[in-house]
Amino acid sequence: MTILEDLRYTKDHEWIKLLEDGSTALVGITDFAQSELGDIVFVELKPAGTKLKEHEVFGTVEAVKTVADLFAPVAGEILELNTLLDNAEIVNQEPYASGWLVKIKLDNPAALDALLDAAAYHQLIGE
Amino acid sequence: MPFIVNTATEREEMLRAIGVGSFEELIADIPEEIRLKKALDVFPALDEPQVRKLLEGLASANRSTSDYVSFLGGGAYDHFIPVAIKTIASRSEFYTAYTPYQAEVSQGTLQAIYEYQSLICRLYEMDVTNASMYDGATALAEAVLMAMNVTGRAQVVVAGKLHPYNSSVLKTYLEASDHNAVIQNVLEDGIGSISALKGIVTGNVAAVVVQQPNFYGCLEEVEAIRDIAHANGALFIVSADPLSLGVLAAPGSYGADIAVGEGQPLGNPQNFGGPYLGIFTVKQPLVRKIPGRLVGMTKDKDGEEGFILTLQTREQHIRREKATSNICSNQALNALQAAVYLSLLGREGIRDVAAQSAQKAHYLAGKIAGIPGFSLKYTSPFFREFVVETPIPASAVIEQMLEHKVFAGYDLAVHNETGLLIAVTEKRTQAELDSFAKNLGTLK
Repeated sequence: MTILEDLRYTKDHEWIKLLEDGSTALVGITDFAQSELGDIVFVELKPAGTKLKEHEVFGTVEAVKTVADLFAPVAGEILELNTLLDNAEIVNQEPYASGWLVKIKLDNPAALDALLDAAAYHQLIGE
Repeated sequence: MPFIVNTATEREEMLRAIGVGSFEELIADIPEEIRLKKALDVFPALDEPQVRKLLEGLASANRSTSDYVSFLGGGAYDHFIPVAIKTIASRSEFYTAYTPYQAEVSQGTLQAIYEYQSLICRLYEMDVTNASMYDGATALAEAVLMAMNVTGRAQVVVAGKLHPYNSSVLKTYLEASDHNAVIQNVLEDGIGSISALKGIVTGNVAAVVVQQPNFYGCLEEVEAIRDIAHANGALFIVSADPLSLGVLAAPGSYGADIAVGEGQPLGNPQNFGGPYLGIFTVKQPLVRKIPGRLVGMTKDKDGEEGFILTLQTREQHIRREKATSNICSNQALNALQAAVYLSLLGREGIRDVAAQSAQKAHYLAGKIAGIPGFSLKYTSPFFREFVVETPIPASAVIEQMLEHKVFAGYDLAVHNETGLLIAVTEKRTQAELDSFAKNLGTLK
């Protein structure tokens, strides 16, 4: 199970990656999450411009036999949706790369510090 | 299902099994004051021959469309039903089967539903049809809920004249939600006013709803209504009579986003009001928001064709309270009857039934309009049903026509309106139409 060192994680199995500008970040689901869900067939996201509170639902990811809510790791505004998600299986194939879900503008970049680091996420999923 | 009594011995055995001494002890927790202290006020016991005689006597008091010439419509129509439909639908494989939850062992039922969905898609010229809803009224109400869900808007505008029962089902469905806003457009000459509609539809409106033909049988100006709906970002919902589509444009061809309908005219008996069939169709972009069950075609691991329930992640057993709808069932047997009907009649047959119904209705309307004291209430174009004003109350007309073994029509006094709503199907002969008109001319 891949867990990248430079990302932050949530207990809901999302990852968040701070971009170079220091105020925007990409959000996706972890390799563990995609593997638990199985074949992902559809991703539904709230539109760009939506303001999110921490832990607010910003969409759903749909596999063949289940649906999971997506929770905002931190507060912010959705700037951009990943246009590659029309082929939802890329979330299975590259959960940390081209399978990212949304780009958000962070209300408070320091909020990331409160999230799990790679070691803590390792522990959460019991690896 | 037979009634099987419990003998005193069996009751004692059951009480013993659960460790209770007597029936009184079993109901000890029920307060004295709410218990019934006397014997049930029911009919004295009858033996089987007596029960049969009683029930046959009651049944023979019914007057059905096999005994009488029927001009009753208002949502349920007396179209001819080929006997092959009952023969196929009453096969035990279809007749006794429950909802096909287990796809692997329900291939026949699933295929029948798949064929139904495909035929309805072609008839309505829509992309996706679900496995069916309970009836036309619940299909319409579900369409409105779906539009509110998709658009995030709280109001719905009814552009013309819906069946009053559909309106009340719609209000019931919306009563418990946050969205309590059904706006009724004004009517002119029996149809929705386009100029008035322009002032009502705003950016808060989730959907504009129209029934075609409408409750009075009149044809609404659907294209103008569509333009107003779409210009305001609202979905356009059409409730269309499936048989009317033999001669009228299909909802999909004039821009319906959701099209629904009451499927009874397609090979389902009137049955004193049900069970009926709710038709529900959408355009492709809305497929993930459709309520109810969907049957899809797929291939198994050996590459063989097979049928499955598809997109189940929309449904309650997976999405729980976030499901697109509460409906987890369908009207499989009624949908099967509709599918067999459509298959038997084919494109030409459907067109023929619709054209004959329309022509005969117009012939009769012309005759009745010529009778002194009678007039057509509306001048708007109609399909197979129309409203006439009568020289004596419609209820009295209906009463007198019963003596001629004729159901004269539907009394609009039920809805606090004047007029008699008369429906004509392809089953009516010229002799029946002429005789009806002649008898209307000799009212007492």
